[in-house]
Amino acid sequence: MPEIPGANGPDGQVAITREEVAHLADLARIDLSDAELDHLAPQLAVIVESVASISGVAGDDVPATSHPLPVTNVFREDVVVPGLTAAQALAAAPASEQQRFSVPRILGDEQ
Amino acid sequence: MSAATTTLVPFEDVLATYDPALGLEVHVELNSATKMFCGCPTEFGADPNTQVCPTCLGLPGAMPAVNRKAVESAIRIGLALNCEIAEWCRFARKNYFYPDMPKNFQTSQYDEPIAFEGWMDVTVPTEDGEVETYRVEIERAHMEEDTGKSLHVGTSGRIHGADYSLVDYNRAGIPLIEIVTKPIVGAGARAPEVAKAYVAQLRDLIVALGVSDARMDQGSIRADVNLSLAPKGSGVLGTRTETKNVNSLRSVERAVRHEMQRHAAILGGGGSILQETRHWHEDTGVTTSGREKSDAEDYRYFPEPDLVPVAPSREWVEELRGTLPENPTQRRARLQAEWGYSDLEMRDTVGAGALTLVEETIAAGTSPAAARKWWLSELARRANDAGVELPALGVTPTQVAAVQALVEGGSINDKLARQVFDGLIAGEGTPEEVVEKRGLAIVSDEGALSEAVDDAIAANPDVAAKIRDGKVAAAGALIGAVMKQMRGQADAGRVRELILEKLGS
Ligand SMILES: [Zn+2]
Repeated sequence: MPEIPGANGPDGQVAITREEVAHLADLARIDLSDAELDHLAPQLAVIVESVASISGVAGDDVPATSHPLPVTNVFREDVVVPGLTAAQALAAAPASEQQRFSVPRILGDEQ
Repeated sequence: MSAATTTLVPFEDVLATYDPALGLEVHVELNSATKMFCGCPTEFGADPNTQVCPTCLGLPGAMPAVNRKAVESAIRIGLALNCEIAEWCRFARKNYFYPDMPKNFQTSQYDEPIAFEGWMDVTVPTEDGEVETYRVEIERAHMEEDTGKSLHVGTSGRIHGADYSLVDYNRAGIPLIEIVTKPIVGAGARAPEVAKAYVAQLRDLIVALGVSDARMDQGSIRADVNLSLAPKGSGVLGTRTETKNVNSLRSVERAVRHEMQRHAAILGGGGSILQETRHWHEDTGVTTSGREKSDAEDYRYFPEPDLVPVAPSREWVEELRGTLPENPTQRRARLQAEWGYSDLEMRDTVGAGALTLVEETIAAGTSPAAARKWWLSELARRANDAGVELPALGVTPTQVAAVQALVEGGSINDKLARQVFDGLIAGEGTPEEVVEKRGLAIVSDEGALSEAVDDAIAANPDVAAKIRDGKVAAAGALIGAVMKQMRGQADAGRVRELILEKLGS
């Protein structure tokens, strides 16, 4: 798994650059002004620093984990369960047409 | 992007200068009854947004749950590809924004695939009827979910220039297994064929496993084709392009060939290859630029917190190994040995999609040679004329065996058998019923035959004289005349005997 950007480990020295924030904003499709980038970079650095301080508590004998409980293999049988009707599914859509969700023109490219 | 293309380099010239390296990513849509993480049905062609629920619509608070059958299918695919099966692996969120993914991430696997480090031996026929084998190394097979389907509405009908998009989420969440090869090097001029043969054999394997509908035309198997060129003999890997969604076997071959020729043209002109995705155009046989990979590749993967790890016990894995069907390659080798077919005959049989049909016909009592004769010559031609696959022609292996039994029993000959097949395809009943209704049975009435022979001799005195002089080969013309008069419904061997008897040769 990728490292958290700017998280430099338990010594607490964290730097989040303006460029990193701009890149993340771009990935998240959030349009940030120069002033906002300047404002957010140090704030994010503080947040990451706070989280990184937890690393200082865990010793080398504590493995990184994504799940707090030692549970594996929770499965569902391959049996159909009734879901939503199209009308229910589309009820919360801002717009729909031809029984489909209508979304704005796609600006980026296909993934 | 414009569809304008670089002038292509002739294929032979590409090979004189470069070594190609292939990579294939094949997505297999599983045929489970329900989706990967929810109980929604997966039927193809349902009305839009009728197979959805809060989970696959990404509604707040909905929780995913893993489909056991999908995991089993993933493990079976992995085992069939000679992979290791992970003792412990997780799902991960692949974050990106696109309306066909309502959660704004795709639940996939990142650096912990369920299956890894496998191989498949791919055979490619050579011009002299032999086969060459390439071992394709499998890097990984991982579990993920399919996306919804977008319909782009606007003046152009294409994604660029669309005014808005309409999305159907029926397909969102259907289980996918993505199978990724390591770079395939050393195929040289055979690279396009190896790519096609790999996808074809993988499809056969998936069919044999019964884990997917395996319909490329319906998108249940989709191939992305990676290609790069390196200076000949350099042993390095060049910059690759990834051509997305190549959806027929023929197109896989064409796309590889096209990209080889296009790369060579750019490299030869002193340019460099941009690492990007490309779109395949079935109609024109070219690829056009999609998007640059470098930046968009940043998916910020992280472990899926809503799903616990999958840790298949070794007992479960071995139990699933016990359910694997005979490997298609081994099956072919076994059947070829049993039937005594030459490599060429076997290749034609497989190529015509007739392997199982021939097998069942032989099981119904027909000789291997006769089964091959009917399926490959007579019926394959008719299927081709009708534009359908052989199994859809409407003639069953049991019927073919019954027709052959009628031939061997002397009630019809090969020529009449063809008319029986006409009747079978037209739905006129069993082979016996068709013979009856169409009056196709051979006339075994010696009196009628003898009369017809006398007529033929009388009508062809020159030929008859030759035969009397001992030129037995000339009998063919008289046999033809008799058969014509009998409308084909005579035993040609008996006709010949009668002619020779009467003319004293
Ligand atoms: Zn659902």
